[in-house]
Amino acid sequence: MKRYLIKRMILMIPVILGITVITFIIIHLTPGGFVKTNMEMNVKVSPGAMEHLKALYGLDKPLYAQYLDWLSRLARLDFGDSFIDNRPVIDKVLERLPATLLLNITSIFVIFILGTIIGVTGALRRNSVYDRIMTFVTFTGYSVPAFWLALIMMMLFAVKFPILPVSGISSINYEMMGPFEKILDVAWHMVLPVFITAFGGLAYISRYVKSSMVEVLSRQYITAAYAKGMKEKEIIFKSALKNSLMPVVTLLGLSLPGIIGGSFIFETIFAWPGMGRLAYEAAMSFDYPVIMGTVTIAAALTILGNLLADIAYAMIDPRIRYK
Amino acid sequence: MNKMVLIGAIMAGLLVFTAVIAPALTKYDYRAQNLSERLLPPGARHIMGTDELGRDLFSRMVYGARVSMTVGVIAVLISTIIGLLIGSIAGYFGGIIDSTAMRLVDVMLTIPTLFLILMMVVFLGPSIINIMIIIGLTSWTDIARIIRAEVMSVKKTAYVDAARLIGLGRARIIIRHILPNIMGPVFVYMTFGISGAILTESGLSFLGLGVQPPYPSWGNILTAGKDYISTAWWLVLFPGIAIFMAVFSCNIMGEGLRDRFNPRIKD
Repeated sequence: MKRYLIKRMILMIPVILGITVITFIIIHLTPGGFVKTNMEMNVKVSPGAMEHLKALYGLDKPLYAQYLDWLSRLARLDFGDSFIDNRPVIDKVLERLPATLLLNITSIFVIFILGTIIGVTGALRRNSVYDRIMTFVTFTGYSVPAFWLALIMMMLFAVKFPILPVSGISSINYEMMGPFEKILDVAWHMVLPVFITAFGGLAYISRYVKSSMVEVLSRQYITAAYAKGMKEKEIIFKSALKNSLMPVVTLLGLSLPGIIGGSFIFETIFAWPGMGRLAYEAAMSFDYPVIMGTVTIAAALTILGNLLADIAYAMIDPRIRYK
Repeated sequence: MNKMVLIGAIMAGLLVFTAVIAPALTKYDYRAQNLSERLLPPGARHIMGTDELGRDLFSRMVYGARVSMTVGVIAVLISTIIGLLIGSIAGYFGGIIDSTAMRLVDVMLTIPTLFLILMMVVFLGPSIINIMIIIGLTSWTDIARIIRAEVMSVKKTAYVDAARLIGLGRARIIIRHILPNIMGPVFVYMTFGISGAILTESGLSFLGLGVQPPYPSWGNILTAGKDYISTAWWLVLFPGIAIFMAVFSCNIMGEGLRDRFNPRIKD
């Protein structure tokens, strides 16, 4: 196990390097980039000042030199400062990370619980009316454009029947609330975003749990359990469920990258102060250090999440031994 | 034939048919503005109403179907070709080629795809061609991994050995003898890929980075309409339903095909 972990850690390095190289190449695809976009339209900026500005940000050096500079700073865990407000990238990311994690871990949790229930009950009553309806509902969620659903829900619950908050993570008077009220307030703000994320993600997990459960139920050890007279409930909860849920752990790990950086459309709609929106705003304003920082940190978190999922998998499934 | 595949195929077929015969379906030009008929609700003259510039929404929707579905299909064709190339070469040759290719897949899987697409669109510009290429370039990993696994198992079969023994070249063996036998799973992923690409384009449109006006796409019709959501619901409802129908039909087709190609869950 230890050797396996070390091997995985070493394999992380080329992946992270690959990600940073790809990101670096993409953000330099636009000739001129940051300085040009922000200054060229401004008549007050002389060409000399533009060159000066480029030199200030190190954008006058050849690309490989810029990349190596960035990399050598990364080695000291220095992500640089934002071009827009000169604040350290790491600070900007760290203040956004909690909101993203809060929303997404809650959503994953809801998806996991509901998906398991729908998957297992569907497998037990395969092809029944209930199973068909559930398949239809989860598939609808999977196919509906999330931002469109968000718009419709906002329309319904904020304009027609103003009962749910539709933007931000907390109310204006948040600072004046007691600790319990604060939790409630944030939870209230999470209802719509979590509902929409969960509705979209349910199909994936429930379908997986269902087919995994169907497969496990046809195994000989389940037949043997029936044959020796075990109660059905016991068979389902003790033998079948445990074995069919194991692959789901890996799935949860794999769903991380979309979650950490891919939720920017969603975060934009709900004005959720998360990392996705930070990355989106950075891309739109050509803020190179913030783009590089968010992508690298999101990638590192994803790799870590996958590794944790693999370890968890090995811990719950005795058949798996990593070498 | 699986029922889900059939329903999906009929729905998708209808949408494609609509897109193909678009000019015959509507008497209005999708670009023609008529400011005296702004924001008309659905009615006899305009069955889906009109938008903020008085353009007939139905015309825009059927022409938008062309754009949205073309983006979906071309993007998937691009990603399938890349996936086939990388997957089959990695699976057939193995060794260092394989491990290099798989590291590349790891890299692609670790960057949030949607954000990668967003960055490329921001830095390359949002033209229809760019969007199709960018979605294609970023979504080949699933297909590559499946092809690789399939090629690895098929290359050990007797008929591939036989082909090698009679002296056929590697390219010929891969293209003529291996690939035709593994196209099932590829079709499954292509259908899911089309729905994914349509959703991605509409998401990009939502941020103003999708297909740009004057070309109508379901995504940019919806985005333009969202500013009028409280007074002109039809501008948001119809394009949303169209995107949903296209995505839903592809997804159930993919799901049905997957069941067909998966021997483990056959009844």
